[in-house]
Amino acid sequence: MPEKHLSTQFDSELSAVSTRVMELGGLVESQIRNAIYALSQFSAEVANQVTEAESRVNAMEVEIDRELSSIIGRRQPTARDLRLLIAISKTTANLERVGDEAEKIARMVRSIINSGAPRSLPSLELRVASDLASGLLRKALDAFARLDTAAAVAILKEDDLIDKEFDGFVRKLVTYMMEDPRMISPSLDLLFLAKAIERIGDHSKNIAEFIIYVVKGEDVRHTPMEQIESVVK
Amino acid sequence: MNIATPIKEHSKISVKDLNFYYGKFHALKGINLEIPEKKVTAFIGPSGCGKSTLLRVFNRMFELYPEQRAEGQIVLDGEDLLTSKKDVALLRAKVGMVFQKPTPFPMSIYDNIAFGVKLFENLNATDMEERVEWALRKAALWNEVKDKLNQSGSGLSGGQQQRLCIARGIAIKPEVLLLDEPCSALDPISTAKIEELITELKTDYTVVIVTHNMQQAARCSDYTAYMYLGDLMEFGSTEQMFFKPSRKETEDYITGRFG
Repeated sequence: MPEKHLSTQFDSELSAVSTRVMELGGLVESQIRNAIYALSQFSAEVANQVTEAESRVNAMEVEIDRELSSIIGRRQPTARDLRLLIAISKTTANLERVGDEAEKIARMVRSIINSGAPRSLPSLELRVASDLASGLLRKALDAFARLDTAAAVAILKEDDLIDKEFDGFVRKLVTYMMEDPRMISPSLDLLFLAKAIERIGDHSKNIAEFIIYVVKGEDVRHTPMEQIESVVK
Repeated sequence: MNIATPIKEHSKISVKDLNFYYGKFHALKGINLEIPEKKVTAFIGPSGCGKSTLLRVFNRMFELYPEQRAEGQIVLDGEDLLTSKKDVALLRAKVGMVFQKPTPFPMSIYDNIAFGVKLFENLNATDMEERVEWALRKAALWNEVKDKLNQSGSGLSGGQQQRLCIARGIAIKPEVLLLDEPCSALDPISTAKIEELITELKTDYTVVIVTHNMQQAARCSDYTAYMYLGDLMEFGSTEQMFFKPSRKETEDYITGRFG
């Protein structure tokens, strides 16, 4: 929002709530990083840290929603301001869900450790997908902070890569389970874990769509890529 | 500067190349606008943008002042109002107006309504009573005044007086109702009643409202025109204007970034 409102108070409320979302984004990002680290090292300690920090993510979501309701109720925002506040609300919900996915990864890591056979699982195969997912979230938050629609389009395209990685991983995992049926139970944990990583990509993609909604006023959810590109042009 | 009007409704009033002058001051600059029939159209814009001026041209209110003149066309049902030879009182019977401050006549509530009707129609006592009741009901005032129709109109509250003026305006069955800041002197409850009334009135009338209160335009109009310094900057559906206006100037004004 480059131009200022006549009401500087309104400006500071908008910028305060935008800052809050970025703080939430930062917290969620570190949750994801820690969860992935816990997976790569099979560290129950780090996994527990992720679970403990989850309540902070939830509390921030509630706080942001409260601020948003207050701004909408008192300022009756219109046009671009209205779109920004709706997008912040939806982005916050998506970030909270990413936090849930991080917690889910931490839970699965603990479950795999408890199964006693972590090292023999093909968990390294998830490295590419998890790096892609956490990188995509970072990009989505950067693009949101700058309201950069070109970056948003790039994120939408990149999410497809994560989906492809996920499909490839599932195929490998199936082969692995067929070779050693005793590994089916921990492998299913790993499958849920991979699915959580894939979902992070989806949430980043949603955030990217809200950026286009704020700037262009077009809702590009469930829209073919060519059409999205013509909206952003 | 005018943005082409994207409206497909049947138009009740067509404004064509309208220029308006207060003496040497050029107050409206080449306005082109189609006011849709049986819809509520709101004019918004900062003070001095010409929105009230435009409203006043619609029933030739400006002719009361010799130094004011209008050029161009305002076509109502195929007839140009500006060149019409018809009696201006007949025009105003077709195009009624309600002002910012409630202006009840210094007479009883009943006579406030009956006065205008008598100028244009010859009704017997029963028909007149029916008409008065109809107008007061339509203006959502009947229940509050039915037991004191012979009392003075000026004894009513501000909100009631304004609804009385609207009742008076519709009693002569106009086709267009012009409202110039009808709620700016009213409390929120009276304002809500008038806004409710505006929504009901559009089933029978074409309503044009000038308002400083953008939220009011957002709440009760179907179409919104944004004016600035005598130009029509943008005209479109209210939903579009308040969610995603085409012009940056409109967006700046609507979101309170203006100035």
